[in-house]
Amino acid sequence: MENEKLSLPNYNIPEDLENVVAITTLDRLYNWGRRSSVWPLMFGLACCAIEMIAAQASRYDMARFGMEVMRPTPRQADMMLVSGTVTKKMLPAIIRLYNQMPEPKYVVAMGACASSGGPFKEGYNVVAGIDKFLPVDVYIPGCPPTPQALIAGMIKLQEKIDKQSIKKVRWYEKGRVDANYVPMPILGPDLIDVRRNAEIKQAAATRATQESA
Amino acid sequence: MTAPASTQTVDLAARFPQSVSADARPGYSGFIVKKENLVEVATAIRDEFGYDLLATVTGVDYLAENKMEVVYHAFKTTGGAGLTFKVQVDRVDPVEVPSLINVWAGVDFQEREAYDLLGIRFTGHPDLRRILMWEGYEGHPLRKDWKEAFFEEETKPFKSRWPDGKFAFAEENNPFRDNLKFPADFDPEAYQPETEEDLYASLERHTLKGDGLNTDHIVVNMGPHHPSTHGVLRVAVNLDGETITGLKPVMGYLHRNHDKIGERNTYLQIIPYTDRLDYFNSMSNNFGYVVTVEKLMKIPVAERAEYIRVIMAELSRVQNHLIFIGMLMNDLGTMYTPSLYAFEERELILDIFEAVSGARMMCNYFRFGGVVRDIPDFVLQKIKDLVYDRLPAKTDEMERFLNENEVLVARLKGMRVLNAEDAIRYSVTGPVLRAAGVPYDLRRAEPYSVYDRFDFDVALRHDGDMMDNYLIRFDEIRQSLRILEQALKQMPEGPINSQKPQYQVRVPAGEAYGRIESPKGELGFYVVSNGKPNPYRYHVRTASYVNLQALEKMCVGTKIADFVALLAMLDIVMGELDR
Amino acid sequence: MYGKGILKGLSVTWKRFWDTYLEDISWWVRGKKRYNSTEGIAHRSSKNTRGIFTVQYPEEKLITPEEFRYIPFLVYDELEDGKKEVRCTSCGICAKVCPPQCIWIVRSNDPATGRPVPVPTEFYIDMDICMNCGFCAEYCPFDAIKMDHEFDIASYNRNVYDLEKLLKPATYYAEIRPENATREDEARRAKEAAKAAKAEAKSAV
Repeated sequence: MENEKLSLPNYNIPEDLENVVAITTLDRLYNWGRRSSVWPLMFGLACCAIEMIAAQASRYDMARFGMEVMRPTPRQADMMLVSGTVTKKMLPAIIRLYNQMPEPKYVVAMGACASSGGPFKEGYNVVAGIDKFLPVDVYIPGCPPTPQALIAGMIKLQEKIDKQSIKKVRWYEKGRVDANYVPMPILGPDLIDVRRNAEIKQAAATRATQESA
Repeated sequence: MTAPASTQTVDLAARFPQSVSADARPGYSGFIVKKENLVEVATAIRDEFGYDLLATVTGVDYLAENKMEVVYHAFKTTGGAGLTFKVQVDRVDPVEVPSLINVWAGVDFQEREAYDLLGIRFTGHPDLRRILMWEGYEGHPLRKDWKEAFFEEETKPFKSRWPDGKFAFAEENNPFRDNLKFPADFDPEAYQPETEEDLYASLERHTLKGDGLNTDHIVVNMGPHHPSTHGVLRVAVNLDGETITGLKPVMGYLHRNHDKIGERNTYLQIIPYTDRLDYFNSMSNNFGYVVTVEKLMKIPVAERAEYIRVIMAELSRVQNHLIFIGMLMNDLGTMYTPSLYAFEERELILDIFEAVSGARMMCNYFRFGGVVRDIPDFVLQKIKDLVYDRLPAKTDEMERFLNENEVLVARLKGMRVLNAEDAIRYSVTGPVLRAAGVPYDLRRAEPYSVYDRFDFDVALRHDGDMMDNYLIRFDEIRQSLRILEQALKQMPEGPINSQKPQYQVRVPAGEAYGRIESPKGELGFYVVSNGKPNPYRYHVRTASYVNLQALEKMCVGTKIADFVALLAMLDIVMGELDR
Repeated sequence: MYGKGILKGLSVTWKRFWDTYLEDISWWVRGKKRYNSTEGIAHRSSKNTRGIFTVQYPEEKLITPEEFRYIPFLVYDELEDGKKEVRCTSCGICAKVCPPQCIWIVRSNDPATGRPVPVPTEFYIDMDICMNCGFCAEYCPFDAIKMDHEFDIASYNRNVYDLEKLLKPATYYAEIRPENATREDEARRAKEAAKAAKAEAKSAV
């Protein structure tokens, strides 16, 4: 691809333009800007949050990746680091936060619990993975992932951002403004995912017939 | 090691022959009180016998006997063994037990928890709402006949894992294809969710009836996503201008079903789960749990392991208090610098944990009868380096850095937290109680492990204001370092476990309540065994949860700006609070 | 004087700020490399660390202690003819002891006799349930399952590891945990020798 070559260091620049211009692609520039300033949402759920804080603290210092600006408000955040067990009671709050984040936004599932429910998966108040509701970009295994493992995950996210193209990203597509809007679940006798209402109703009806039989 | 004092220090049955009988079941101790006389007997226990601190209230569902039991553990703040008393009621809904909230205010949340998870109604409780789950949730999860959505078998290990362990996601076996369970014929579209009117109604209890300006009260919900609530805690605050007139913590946002999972686990499998209670101090959590089960199993602990345990527990206390100081500064607005300094020392301590146990935070280091592995020599040297050289110097530096700071003093000095009387009434333990002038430290009050061999002072302050609560953490760090120095000197050579490594331990039937002084207060485990490989009932009494009851008392009448600092004083951690 | 406390506190930050540069100079004078060197990282993790404390992952990595555990893996021995001999005998102790029950094992049966063969046909670990407790490695009687040191395993998908992905050579294990591996090898050899001696004694009788 011709465009790809443009940003390579050994691309032939005419002699009279050397040291005067730098050549890159818009994609590269755009992704470089975004990957170097991924602001996480200041948002901790459980044990993993402590390792997230440790990763922000003196020894690991995520500021080296432009990720030190923890934003307490979702409006200014680029990345949601789901750091810990997602419980059913907490889920509506998480989804509200996610919906309030502006595009481009990324979700990183840090640790076993956020990825699939982890050791607490069997618990009655535990959501078996945030990916049931939000599109997860990077999964980081570990319980909890050490700060270095977390940084490795962040680098993985940066690699993902590097591969995106401005022409294809979902937030510039026409008519897809709300593509990632997640409807709020309801806390009822159990967690009601409103997207699955029909399915729940049917399964409950099946249960009723089974019980009467 | 001192022999464990008998719990039968008072003969309650002789005092109340009509209404109290001794619990004669094998392995059990304490007294069974008739439901009708509970309040009367409890008042006597508090006033006549002097058991002023009620540590735990929890329920046990004896399905086979068709009984529900409520278990109370009361202690004296002057030290010594506790008094266990129980109430038994028929397991027919509604299960009703009189509330003891007028005797000990500290039963508030614990009774609500028993109501939420076991469905025991405490008559006379002014605010009996669900506490960990939400209003409208179906069923009471800790009842023995209640099954979760991903239920596989009553106990682990599950048979589907071996020898024919075809991998399957748990979702595939559930009719709702997720961790969900709905009543039969449930219609989600017609469902009307419960409102939170009861919560807001309960806020009005303390409304001040002044003759000043007639202003509207507003309710502010802080959390569950709030940078200063130390996790996912939500606090509904009722405000008159800037003054707090009512306050209710709403929790359960990190309720990970520790008790229910624990009852499915084998005794050994619970150890790594306890790591995740108070995730700052996994070593202390391990300690509390193994002490309890060792009590049940009646096994000795290897001498060297006792010292290793003390060293690890005290290192984690140092680390916890340093983080407390750092986080308090964050809450007060001194963003980052002090907490970064604190994190440096913490990282060095975590390096030790990592080298010894294999993990920084989730150590899983203790076993019944001892610990997993010996401390390697290079780690021992590292511990000595820290304890003798670095930590004393860095504690001094931290004090020089902060203690005289005028802004800090202005924020903390003279700001009332709790007085001794209220602290005891609300069952508050740990540094908050000691800062109020009550020298109640379990390492002294009822020594466990080898704490009776060390020369140390119980850190004590008398004003009970925020400054004292802050300074007492430095005192405790110093005392911990003293203990560490002695433990390092006295540590004998020898085996590190009195038992052979085994993955299935035999625990005789009975009950045990074990407690240790965790950095945040009393950490208690109540375990009921029926002789099977899994505990019949497993309950954790955590300091964060019980201490939080005093929050309303602490905050009513103060300004909203001080609320965050007051909350920080309790040093709560959500994993322990919601379990 | 009002403000004295603040100044006193600031002196601490001031000192800490300069410590970094003083330390840099002292390392430079001694002709040693403070950054990107094992010595430098070890010094920064010791009691004498002053000034900058950061270990700049991924360029620098913290020194991993031998006992460090992350996720489990299965050990195989490489035989001389290049064949892999899996140490696991599918006895199922790891699956039984696993607290979150994230290990699935299918034991194979000999098609001729129908009796179990000590080799697993399928072995799964759901890494997104695993709580890194290390019980499987601790209680495995055959030194077949061990805890890995590798932690940079973030991915774009959920992680369920099968037998193929779990297997790692014994040489790798000896590399990450030299002391443990030597100790276990010796114990195993001693056991085998004792067995052989016993068999010999039996045959002699």
